[in-house]
Amino acid sequence: MPQTLHTTLLIIGGGPGGYVAAIRAGQLGIPTLLVEGQALGGTCLNIGCIPSKALIHVAEQFQQTVHHSQGSQLGIEVDVPTLDIRKSVEWKDGIVDRLTTGVAALLKKHKVQVIHGWAKVVDGKTIDVGDQRIQCEHLLLATGSKSVNLPMLPIGGPIISSTEALAPTRVPKRLVVVGGGYIGLELGIAYRKLGAEVSVVEAQEHILPAYDAELTLPVAESLKQLGIKLYLKHSVTGFENDRLQVRDPNGDTVSLDTDQVLVAVGRKPNTQGWNLEALNLDMNGAAIKIDSHCQTSMRNVWAIGDLSGEPMLAHRAMAQGEMVAELISGKSREFNPAAIPAVCFTDPELVVVGKTPDEAKAAGLDCIVSSFPFAANGRAMTLESKTGFVRVVARRDNHLIVGWQAVGVGVSELSTAFGLSLEMGSRLEDVAGTIHAHPTLGEAVQEAALRALGHALHL
Amino acid sequence: MGTHVIKMPDIGEGIAEVELSVWHVKVGDLVVEDQVLADVMTDKAMVDIPSPVHGKVISLGGEPGEVMAVGSILISIEVEGAGNAKDVPAVAAPAKAAPAPAPIAQAKAAPAPSKPAPVVAAQAPVAREADERPLASPAVRKHALDAGIQLRLVQGSGPAGRILHEDLEAFLLQSPAQTKTAANPYAERNDEEQIPVIGMRRKIAQRMQDATRRAAHFSYVEEIDVTALDELRVHLNEKHGAARGKLTLLPFIVRAMVVALRDFPQINARYDDENQVITRLGAVHVGVATQSDVGLMVPVVRHAEARSLWGNAEEIARLATAARSGKASRDELSGSTITLTSLGALGGIVSTPVLNLPEVAIVGVNRIVERPMVIKGQIVIRKMMNLSSSFDHRVVDGMDAAQFIQAIRGLLEQPASLFLE
Repeated sequence: MPQTLHTTLLIIGGGPGGYVAAIRAGQLGIPTLLVEGQALGGTCLNIGCIPSKALIHVAEQFQQTVHHSQGSQLGIEVDVPTLDIRKSVEWKDGIVDRLTTGVAALLKKHKVQVIHGWAKVVDGKTIDVGDQRIQCEHLLLATGSKSVNLPMLPIGGPIISSTEALAPTRVPKRLVVVGGGYIGLELGIAYRKLGAEVSVVEAQEHILPAYDAELTLPVAESLKQLGIKLYLKHSVTGFENDRLQVRDPNGDTVSLDTDQVLVAVGRKPNTQGWNLEALNLDMNGAAIKIDSHCQTSMRNVWAIGDLSGEPMLAHRAMAQGEMVAELISGKSREFNPAAIPAVCFTDPELVVVGKTPDEAKAAGLDCIVSSFPFAANGRAMTLESKTGFVRVVARRDNHLIVGWQAVGVGVSELSTAFGLSLEMGSRLEDVAGTIHAHPTLGEAVQEAALRALGHALHL
Repeated sequence: MGTHVIKMPDIGEGIAEVELSVWHVKVGDLVVEDQVLADVMTDKAMVDIPSPVHGKVISLGGEPGEVMAVGSILISIEVEGAGNAKDVPAVAAPAKAAPAPAPIAQAKAAPAPSKPAPVVAAQAPVAREADERPLASPAVRKHALDAGIQLRLVQGSGPAGRILHEDLEAFLLQSPAQTKTAANPYAERNDEEQIPVIGMRRKIAQRMQDATRRAAHFSYVEEIDVTALDELRVHLNEKHGAARGKLTLLPFIVRAMVVALRDFPQINARYDDENQVITRLGAVHVGVATQSDVGLMVPVVRHAEARSLWGNAEEIARLATAARSGKASRDELSGSTITLTSLGALGGIVSTPVLNLPEVAIVGVNRIVERPMVIKGQIVIRKMMNLSSSFDHRVVDGMDAAQFIQAIRGLLEQPASLFLE
């Protein structure tokens, strides 16, 4: 048995939470060791955010070209394109490689020791990786999350999870996506654009059930336009002989013929299989319970990211990781953001930052809600985009902005402005009084604020 | 611009940790060379940390009361030129995000007489609902966390009640004492104040606890007729006071202890109870218990046996001043072999002093009062003073202690014998 390693900070999991915590700890001079069983970058870089965005880009480019080949109003004439999906996947893998190599280099630069292997918890200050024992003063749990599986749809063969969907060897003729949340829709739309016939089965009444109907309507319309069939209020009962059995709202069973079934019904904290039980930590449902310092119920044991529950977003994990490193270095810190942006890379894209009108109402706030449509935005027209809008929610008494939502082509980048506005405590007048460059989609942000104040200029 | 990092210096021999006592600067302050940045403490010595550079404070390495490792970063200062910390650019980043508060406050205050300056002198704490989120930018929130301020209590002068950097500065400047008002003296009070036991107080608490837990204290009180001694003292002061300095009673008592200890070496000793060794010392290093603003300190008159009466008097006065101003060095505050404690006019009639371990004896001086005494069948008025002394019964027998105090009594009652060799 090799000699026991000693470190100040030991991080289990090299995803966005774990690796950011490690980098910051390195910057602060905290001796840090990171254990990763699979690949640095975690779900996000390897089988999540980044590869899905790459695939979505390929799908968009391909679909545009198909669109031009069918007689484009832009006057571009091309032959019907073909797709070499293997090359697409190679390109995507290249990006993933570059990013994960970059993470490894950053960790090395900040003198973080990386151990590859699966960690097993011994106690709050000790873990084993194989026969290597490691002891630490602080243990940071950042093991992320896993796809939720359905018992009647075990992954294998034609039944795939998002992981397999992001590394296709061929595009299936027919695909049924189980789950109308953001993962299912992002991938469903991409596959549709790549040429598959796509259906989406969702148990709830509408798609993207986490958001309100006004916000998701442009996405629903787009699905219709793309020819994606929606089976709302349908639930899956089984899969047999290339047929997915679903129960419709009336309780009748319907069979959907398909070549592949993508299960995308959400993610759950990764708490199993690494002897986490040994710590007997307080739980919050399936997630580890943490306080505003990401402390668990055990002293000097910290948890961040998806493992600590919703919202399961990489940027939340990163901010938590950075904070925990600073706390361990002795700084006074608290995880208390005004908002954590959420983005769906559907077509059109959807952004939610801060409170939605419903949430503001539930919080007892008297709010002005105002939106500005992209149909009145010049830049959107030049992008052949007419759907969508920017919506602002602000307190009626002092015009303090409490939330932003947007849906439309390319609105993911507006999340930056939305987040900054909320963190800085902007009022409607602040945004209305900021010159927004013309012609940009961002003008709709300013116009939404102006409209809330009763004097939109371009409406 | 560069960053100059000052690390916790090694102040005492072989000390790995130093307690940060108090900051004299805060983040954002402009400091000049030699300006005192912080006081730090080891054992019982308080040490100033001066700034070696001109610049602006960008981060503090700890909270008062925090025990910091020697070599850990105490403070970072943004300086002209390269600084000494090129390898820590991360520290400099927040300083850029947070603009210097002072110039902004001035700029705003000057041209707008109609508008009150944002730095309000007496800012009343604002009570927000516990779940109401104080409105402030991330930089302000971080600054508040660093300064240990609950933003909930800070008044925001910005739009929609937003808390600005200036609001935070104003809140930091405001002394909590100002917020207290004199009201009905018979009003029922339900206020509480929590005072962290840090710094000197923590050290004192630890040492007192340790002494009372380990030593087997017993106290012995004797009454001493100091009429003759006091006459001698007054005489010497009249004759030599101008040239040699005033004498209090303490140097006489020190002298009496020095002389008496020649016959009682077991009392001028240190008892190492872990190793079960008593060390008897030839040198008489008298610790003189002294009250300072921050608490009890015991500066040490070294080699009292080798000093004249005035030599001891001068040294006692010098050490008391140093201790009260918090400037006594570590050496001046350690190494005593026996301790003398006196509250002067507040001395009371009897006390039970706590030993200054590992010493085995402490001599306490009570107040002098004129009393009718019976001498040779006559009632006469004499100046009487009690000595209340404690000993460690583990190693000092009652008989020895009594004989030692009686010897001191003899010396003080016949003051000429103090100087007979």
